[in-house]
Amino acid sequence: MDPNAREVDMIWLTAQVFLPLAVAVLLLIVPGRFRELLRWLALFGCAATLALSLCLWVDYYHRVLEYRSDRSVSSMYHPDSRLDARVEHQQSLTAKPVPGPFLSIDLVTIRPWISQFDVNYALGVDGLNLLMVILTSLVTMLAVAASWKIDDRVKGYLVLILTLESGVIGAFLSLDLFLFYVFYEVMLLPMYFLIGMWGGGRRKYAALKFVIYTLAGSVCLLAAMIALYTVNVRDFVDQNVVLRQDEEMARRDPSLLILEAKGRIEVHSFDIVTLSKVGRAAMLVLTNQEHRLAVRGVGKDEPHQPAANGSVELFAPGVDREAALARLKASPVCNRTFQYVIFALLFVGFAVKVPIVPLHSWLPDAHVEAPTPVSMILAGVLLKLGGYGLIRIAFPLCPWAAAELAWWIGLIGAVGIVYGALVAMGQTDFKKLLAYSSVSHMGYVVLGLASWSSADNSQYWEMGVNGAVYQMLAHGITATALFFVVGVVYDRAHHRELNQLGGLTEPMPVYTGLSAILFFASMGLPGLCGFVGEFKVMMAAWAFSPPLAVTAILATILTASYLLWAWQRAFLGVNEKTKGYPDVSAREFVILLPLVLFAIALGLFPSVLILSWVEPSVAGWVENLAPLK
Amino acid sequence: MPLDAELARLDATLAHDLLRFGPELLLCLGIVGSLFAKLFRAATRVQLVPFALLLTLVALGLVASDAQDSAVFGGLLRLDSFANFFRVFLLLTAALVLALTRLTGLPDATDSADFVTLLLGGTLGMMLMASANHLIMVFLAIEMASLPSYVLAGFLKGKGRSSEAALKYVVYGAAASGVMLYGISLLVGQLGTAYLPSAAESLGAAFRSGGFSLSLTAGLLFLFVGLGFKLAVLPFQFWLPDVFEGAAAEVGAMLAVASKAAAVGLTLRLLFVLFQHVPIPAVTETVSAALAGVAVLTATLGNVAALVQTNLKRLLAYSTIAHAGYMLMAIACIQRPAAAAVLFYLAGYLPMTLGAFAVVAVLRSLTGSEEIDAARGLLKRSPVLGVCTAVFLFSLLGVPPLAGFAGKFQVFTAVYRTGAFHAAGGHPWLGTLFNVVLAAGVVNTVVSAGYYLKVLKAVALDDPTDETPLGEGVAVRLYLLLLTAAVVVVGVWWDPLTDLTWRAAVGLG
Repeated sequence: MDPNAREVDMIWLTAQVFLPLAVAVLLLIVPGRFRELLRWLALFGCAATLALSLCLWVDYYHRVLEYRSDRSVSSMYHPDSRLDARVEHQQSLTAKPVPGPFLSIDLVTIRPWISQFDVNYALGVDGLNLLMVILTSLVTMLAVAASWKIDDRVKGYLVLILTLESGVIGAFLSLDLFLFYVFYEVMLLPMYFLIGMWGGGRRKYAALKFVIYTLAGSVCLLAAMIALYTVNVRDFVDQNVVLRQDEEMARRDPSLLILEAKGRIEVHSFDIVTLSKVGRAAMLVLTNQEHRLAVRGVGKDEPHQPAANGSVELFAPGVDREAALARLKASPVCNRTFQYVIFALLFVGFAVKVPIVPLHSWLPDAHVEAPTPVSMILAGVLLKLGGYGLIRIAFPLCPWAAAELAWWIGLIGAVGIVYGALVAMGQTDFKKLLAYSSVSHMGYVVLGLASWSSADNSQYWEMGVNGAVYQMLAHGITATALFFVVGVVYDRAHHRELNQLGGLTEPMPVYTGLSAILFFASMGLPGLCGFVGEFKVMMAAWAFSPPLAVTAILATILTASYLLWAWQRAFLGVNEKTKGYPDVSAREFVILLPLVLFAIALGLFPSVLILSWVEPSVAGWVENLAPLK
Repeated sequence: MPLDAELARLDATLAHDLLRFGPELLLCLGIVGSLFAKLFRAATRVQLVPFALLLTLVALGLVASDAQDSAVFGGLLRLDSFANFFRVFLLLTAALVLALTRLTGLPDATDSADFVTLLLGGTLGMMLMASANHLIMVFLAIEMASLPSYVLAGFLKGKGRSSEAALKYVVYGAAASGVMLYGISLLVGQLGTAYLPSAAESLGAAFRSGGFSLSLTAGLLFLFVGLGFKLAVLPFQFWLPDVFEGAAAEVGAMLAVASKAAAVGLTLRLLFVLFQHVPIPAVTETVSAALAGVAVLTATLGNVAALVQTNLKRLLAYSTIAHAGYMLMAIACIQRPAAAAVLFYLAGYLPMTLGAFAVVAVLRSLTGSEEIDAARGLLKRSPVLGVCTAVFLFSLLGVPPLAGFAGKFQVFTAVYRTGAFHAAGGHPWLGTLFNVVLAAGVVNTVVSAGYYLKVLKAVALDDPTDETPLGEGVAVRLYLLLLTAAVVVVGVWWDPLTDLTWRAAVGLG
């Protein structure tokens, strides 16, 4: 039997990505007049995707974390469970003359896709992206459930939402820069139509603005991607790859001596793990620490630990260290300008999605015009891709530039927190207020990532990154829920003017109670989900730069005031106009309840529920980067 | 070489050469056949397009099964993997355009003989352009491709616009041909031969013995003026928007795809063959830089001018100018991987451009208008047509995972690599230039979003002025879905096509 056929996790991961798309194709076949059937099918598709991601989570927890963890110290932090270790192992299997046998339990799959450009179909799971995938499938399912009121061209609408979900999950799971880019762009198109066709009065303007901003960002990504692809990574990949290219070259040009050919070989890759090794090596060279660069040892049993003498093992086993170092120093990747430009391109590309001030202005327009379920997805999921891109791609691929610019990035984050909060305070449109609050909340993610103080203080940075990840999750829950809260009131009042609302407490008690919890969660009240992330980020920021930390801490006062003020205006008081509003319907309750429960549970048990399995990945990430400084 | 021996050799290979030339001969058969058909009253009532389509497909099959590489007819033509790529490409385009004309009913039975004659004639000329190996053949092929195009541009008889387009095309085309012929005669006079490989050697020898004389430089320059006209690059692009606006959309599709592809093929061949023996640093560098400059200007002009268009055909015309600019960016590299990138770009360009023109043709035949307003609410009036249009537009814009992105990615990668190559090879200014080219390409892509999205907004977001369903036939839908599928498949599954383009590029010079 073909050993490749047994790689079950490839099927799992592929199904996770493409299941929504498959359901979308199924919907295309169903005639458009069976609206109820279409809705139920889409809902079941989303539920199946969620179920699949939960299966993946169980798999990850048991097979990857627990299986490999060291039982004697009952730690989950076993180096072999890290994503880069699993990817390296898979790559060495792929590079063998006869590829395989691939492991079915490592939750990593790498297959050649476009051989001319060394593009792989590479998917992999670790705590970071698994968290985002679960969030995505949960939010999308709730958004589909919230879409029952949409009657206009239901089929097209649902197909687009499902396509969007496929794109987002694909982007989260990709380990190949090219594949990531493709999925990243695939999301652009459904969103354009969703805002432009089902949106409010200025929908066309908002859709166009969304596309122009996102396109400008992704073009930056494309340029960075092409530049990174031209980097010669031959000393960082399995040497079997080099050997095979060598034979190939000698076969094509027999006059070439094998040794001569070997010197000329260039290997290019879009692989994020490999490129990040190059980035780290370049950082060591640029900070005059090249003596620490070392060749990785061979042998499976050897743990993947950072060596005690401070050496960083980046070169692939079997590489001649001196030659490799000479090649590395001669290559453009060790050029300061190159690093700065690439990092800037990547940062801007993701900053548009986060969104980071001053690239945020598409967000309020898009939110205000988009229908409620699309707003939920936009706030709950799409913004996370920006943050995720910074964590997975921008920082690891250009660590030197990231470290050099860390304070400025932190400043941008802090400015975003304050600016978003201040502008939110001035809004009277409920949705616009929430949109600016998203800008403010995502600022914490940037600040947490940027808190790269020094190698000795790496535990604080780890806290910051953990906080950033947790903040993304918490914002995903609260923002999704709050946009739905607005949707509920909009369905009754048909406007979103805070000044004309008010007095909802009396006619809608259940609704008031649920939304109060969500407002407090968004505010960052201890015991609710918003607190954990913000607190961790502030701790890290304090160790990094007290002025930035103080700014972020003071900004919580602003956050509290605009949210409380908005809640007051919407719910308290007496208002004749809102007296007759019915309380939440069963469907609305079912959508709000899980989000409220999550907001509470994630605030009470952050480490049991989330950090226990996310933290090992974050720790590995920090351990890769922190010692370089 | 004694004449007798040469003649004997030609004689011996004649049968073999004719066999390899079979596809072209089949087209000749079609041309002669449809001319004859005009003679008989009964035959004028027969729609000839299906027959021509069949003939083209047979020719296509013949080329596709041909895998040899040799010069034929004493070196006048070179039928190698590169030429075969273009022969397949051009025959495929011709077949698709012929099928489209049946769907939109452009030539009625009475006119079909003329249309078929012209279309097959033009295709024949373009196929010769891609395989020409001799300067005289180059000129003959260009004329053979151009003359039918002039008439096709004016095919909508009784329409002032159409006649104006044809006339404009003829005047510009004749001037360009004249200049080109002058350049060729200067070259042949100086080099003593018109056979491309020997001409290249003499060019190298002339360069080594003291650089190019004025007449040689002028000859080369004039030769590229003629090519620039066919490619419609700056500053020879004036004719194109007017011609496209006046000509029928089906003819526009043929000109935009096939004519441009043939010109790209010929340009690549001449660049690679002519400068093969010239020492790299001096000449190739200058040519490279000049072409890169022209490429940036062409793409920028095309994109900026397209922003303000309201007529769909005119907008697409400027869009094809922009795409020629992108392709020229990679052509300017004068490197084999870059040539492969151009070929891939063309392969993606075929379905998306043809598709866009086909949508315009269908709109014209059903609504009678070719303005952007006619496409308003297309998605509501005909979901299938609307979705296909959206895919074509996104592909033209270069959004993954569609064909346009695959091509653009390869072109940009080639440009970046050329820049890095020159920067490392001691030509920092050329390295910088290519980085600027890459930046210009990226900025141009963002600018082009402006007008593609304008059309998309009309198609998907605007409310239709006329709510009735468009009522296009099933065949039209299938045709457009086929092209859409091609756009997606080329964008997702590159490997077979990259293999093909690399083999073709290796055959180059």
